[in-house]
Amino acid sequence: MTNAKSLWLHAAVILLLFALNFLLPEYHRGIFSRVMVLAVFAMGYNLAFGYTGLLSLGHAMFFAAGLYGAGLTVYHLGWSIWPALGAGLLAGTLLALVVGFLALRTTGVAFMIVTLMFAQVFYLTTLYFTTYTRGEEGLVLPQAMRTLALPGASFSLTDPATRYMAALALLTIVLGLTLILVRSPYGRALIAIRENEERMRMLGYDVFANKLASVVISGLICAAAGAAYAVLFGYVGSGFASIQYSILPLLWVLLGGGATTLGPLIGTLFMFYIIDTASDYTTAYLLVVGLALILLILYFPKGIAGTVRERWLPWLP
Amino acid sequence: MREDRNTNILSGNGLTRRTTLKGLGAAAGLMAAPGFTRFAQAQSSEPIRIGFQCHRTGIGAAYGRWYERVTNAAAKLINDEGGINGRPLEIVIEDDGTDPARGSEVVQKFANQHKVDLVYGTLFSHVVVGSAPMAGELKIPYYVVSEGYHVASGKLNRYCVQPGITDVKAQVRSVAPWIAGNLGKKVTLVYPDYAFGHDHRDFFEPAIAAQGGEVVAKVPIPPTETSFTRYFPQIPRDTDVIYHVMVGPAVLTFVKEMGEFFGTGGPQLFGFIDSLEAVDINSPGLEFLEGSHFWEGMPRYAQADQPDHVSFYRETVGIDENGASLNDPQDVSTAAHMFGCWETLHVIKAAMEAADYQGPGDRAKLIEATEAMSEMEAGREHPQGRKVFNGKIHQVFGEQSISQVKDGKLEVVHRTSIDDGLYEPEADYTAMSF
Amino acid sequence: MAFGPYLLLATLEGLVTAAVLALMALGLSLVFGVMRVVNVAHGEFYMLGAVLAWWFASLVTGHPAIGFLLALVLSPLVVAAIAFVAERLVLSRLNYEPEATIVATIGLLYIIQQLALTFYGPEARPVQAPFDMRISLPWFGYSAYKLAVIAASILMMLATWFALTRTKIGLVMRATQYDRETAQAFGIPVGRVYAGVFALGAALAAVAAVLIVPIQQAHYLMGLDPLLLSFIVVIIGGLGSLRGTVVAAILIGLSDGIISMFFSPTLAKMLATLLVALVLVFRPQGLFGTVAR
Repeated sequence: MTNAKSLWLHAAVILLLFALNFLLPEYHRGIFSRVMVLAVFAMGYNLAFGYTGLLSLGHAMFFAAGLYGAGLTVYHLGWSIWPALGAGLLAGTLLALVVGFLALRTTGVAFMIVTLMFAQVFYLTTLYFTTYTRGEEGLVLPQAMRTLALPGASFSLTDPATRYMAALALLTIVLGLTLILVRSPYGRALIAIRENEERMRMLGYDVFANKLASVVISGLICAAAGAAYAVLFGYVGSGFASIQYSILPLLWVLLGGGATTLGPLIGTLFMFYIIDTASDYTTAYLLVVGLALILLILYFPKGIAGTVRERWLPWLP
Repeated sequence: MREDRNTNILSGNGLTRRTTLKGLGAAAGLMAAPGFTRFAQAQSSEPIRIGFQCHRTGIGAAYGRWYERVTNAAAKLINDEGGINGRPLEIVIEDDGTDPARGSEVVQKFANQHKVDLVYGTLFSHVVVGSAPMAGELKIPYYVVSEGYHVASGKLNRYCVQPGITDVKAQVRSVAPWIAGNLGKKVTLVYPDYAFGHDHRDFFEPAIAAQGGEVVAKVPIPPTETSFTRYFPQIPRDTDVIYHVMVGPAVLTFVKEMGEFFGTGGPQLFGFIDSLEAVDINSPGLEFLEGSHFWEGMPRYAQADQPDHVSFYRETVGIDENGASLNDPQDVSTAAHMFGCWETLHVIKAAMEAADYQGPGDRAKLIEATEAMSEMEAGREHPQGRKVFNGKIHQVFGEQSISQVKDGKLEVVHRTSIDDGLYEPEADYTAMSF
Repeated sequence: MAFGPYLLLATLEGLVTAAVLALMALGLSLVFGVMRVVNVAHGEFYMLGAVLAWWFASLVTGHPAIGFLLALVLSPLVVAAIAFVAERLVLSRLNYEPEATIVATIGLLYIIQQLALTFYGPEARPVQAPFDMRISLPWFGYSAYKLAVIAASILMMLATWFALTRTKIGLVMRATQYDRETAQAFGIPVGRVYAGVFALGAALAAVAAVLIVPIQQAHYLMGLDPLLLSFIVVIIGGLGSLRGTVVAAILIGLSDGIISMFFSPTLAKMLATLLVALVLVFRPQGLFGTVAR
């Protein structure tokens, strides 16, 4: 029963987002495309942080690996979109494998600091190779190359409707994947590791392998978001590898609710609109944003979806 | 907290040129009563709306606040003198946080929500490059005031133009002959290790070589750095000139530490004023800069021989003879860059009038009219000096100032010619489709 | 420059960095250790200390040392008061929930940054050093004030160490850190101890900022990099180890400068960061931390 309810809810969310493509004013449709891609980033982060309990401050490197993997192959090698996306995914996955293998030797705050430092190295690397990346200034992917070939037709990703649908498709896939994952025995094992690592070890689980798999899948999803961002919005730059982009997904997830499937999307949307709206009314909008964050967390200490689940809808995944 | 709505209507007391030409006697009464005059004689009295992408927060905020002041002053002046095509000018401001991702969103907001006629005013290169794709997709003209080489490189699109400020490639090429001729031929470059610094490095090396000089060492500084002394030993002893350019919150530290390290007996210094924009040259610790040289886009300090239009410009934007705010002598301007806002708005005005711009349907016409421009004479519209616009690469070229610190003030000692900075164009935007 | 003097310079520079970093990290370590909260706003307390230092110094005329000393006394006090209020109003109500406090301190970061931007402005402004002396070595010149910073930092560290280990306040703090419930049972007002620790941590960051502001200027975005570095220092040193914090600060201060003697600066920074990260990978409890958390 609860299973069906949750499936219906997710289907309704996707359907609503689909309908919004036709209902939203132009500006907000554009913003939703962007928010959906960033929400995928947050969902990837949520898998490691929310479900597995790994507080990373370095996920910008996975997003940026996807971004550069896709962006640089398009820009320098002239690859078309599909192989470029593949390159982005591969770059993010490999990086997550290496970083996870090393960083998972640590736990807790040490894990947070190790990932922070690895991400810092990655960020400096994008600057060190400014000759190819143009560093902080970044590169523009030529419009003509941002064409997505599907059997029978090809679509320009510069078209707002195409972009919206592409972002929605990515969100749907990742949301579905997360839903399946967290309800699978593997997902339950991750949650159990988060709650009590020692006990899981005694029960015979390979905790390291499970956590590593979580980091790799998380990295893969974040890289997918990064690669999609590059081809959908046509810009790659070092800014996306900076610490700011490691803190943002943490913030989005905490606002929306950690270890909830829809929380990342809610948190990302909330954060975007609070900034956008506040800046319409005052130049000192960061003050408003700061106050809003504090008030929100005072009344929704587990994030929006997390608190809703705790108080009203216990079946929420 | 200031109550400051983003929309900033600077109309109401303006007069159109047509009013002045046609109305004469009848208008005379109205002219005495500001606020009553209407822009009625134009085909449309709707304001022309310009979206100003402003660095209000983030690393560019010190520049952003002066860009905003100059923009408002120039817009008010244009409105007072009759607006554009008889229509008032309205500046709509959005903060981009000096962030490329937000910059791109802001362009979307301007085009789709505010429905402005064009977007204008971006300074930091990464925000320009981050926003340019969206401007191209939404087919909205994007007039930047950035001094980056991004527009001229041909890597952006037909909607991106930089008609109010010279790009870094031309700046660097302009100053190289003077450095080789007056300061020395062996140069060490100290620059930030990212695109902005690499541009200086890549453009300066061939330029100084062409003058018989050479770059003897390069010291790239990582952007996360807050102290610099440890890198100074990499500067070879036989260096004649240290060429330095830095941006960001730590720039003053950089200049100070250089002084501590070398004392008074070091090599000659040539810097880009970018390092000290919005910073008082008489700040404690900067005494050793006395006698050193700087590039300035436009002089910060009032010069003895400045023409009337420069005095007019300085008065209108509200800076005193030291280049600080008239209201607060501690509030030092970004004089070497902010003139670009003034000039760009005047170029937009001229291009709109040439294209007989009516509304967003004429955006392509507006770009074509801008591309058709070439000579721009020094005067009220161009207080920084004469300029030549190259329509193919959408980039303007102007004279640069080389100033020396004398008695705690920057005094212009040399003015480069436009020809010094010209280079072979690498692109042709006019061949691209809209 | 010859190798010897170059090494000397890199070492001096590294020690100055370490001195300031150690103070700031000490503040973070207290908050982190006693309250178990990740205080993202710690860098903003540092920035606030610098900005207030500029403001206090600009109030008085006369010898620069007067303004500087005024700032050194008042700026940490004001910052501590602000931190105290923030702790009582926000963190205590969140019951020090680790995840909720991250969001709350990010909120605090935005608020402090915006207030600094609105009232202080976007410019970088210097504070004059209390004394202006340049030591001329045969190979290069060096600021005497920088050496004074090292000395001042050592004094502050000693004072903090004394307070923590030899006074009743320190005992109470350590008891709270060790076991919150038991401390409460013994009548220790845990809430007030937490507020005091939070304020003390912020004050230490402000002291570090006042010391640095004659070298680097006050700027409203100056807090981020020191925040990251002091987090790194706290964890590398080993949570709760004062000795570890000092050693880690020196390690990080020096590694950067010395590695940059051999590689281009950015590459040196990459290598130094990687090296320090690997220390933690192979010694997850930090240099002087104990294994159990």
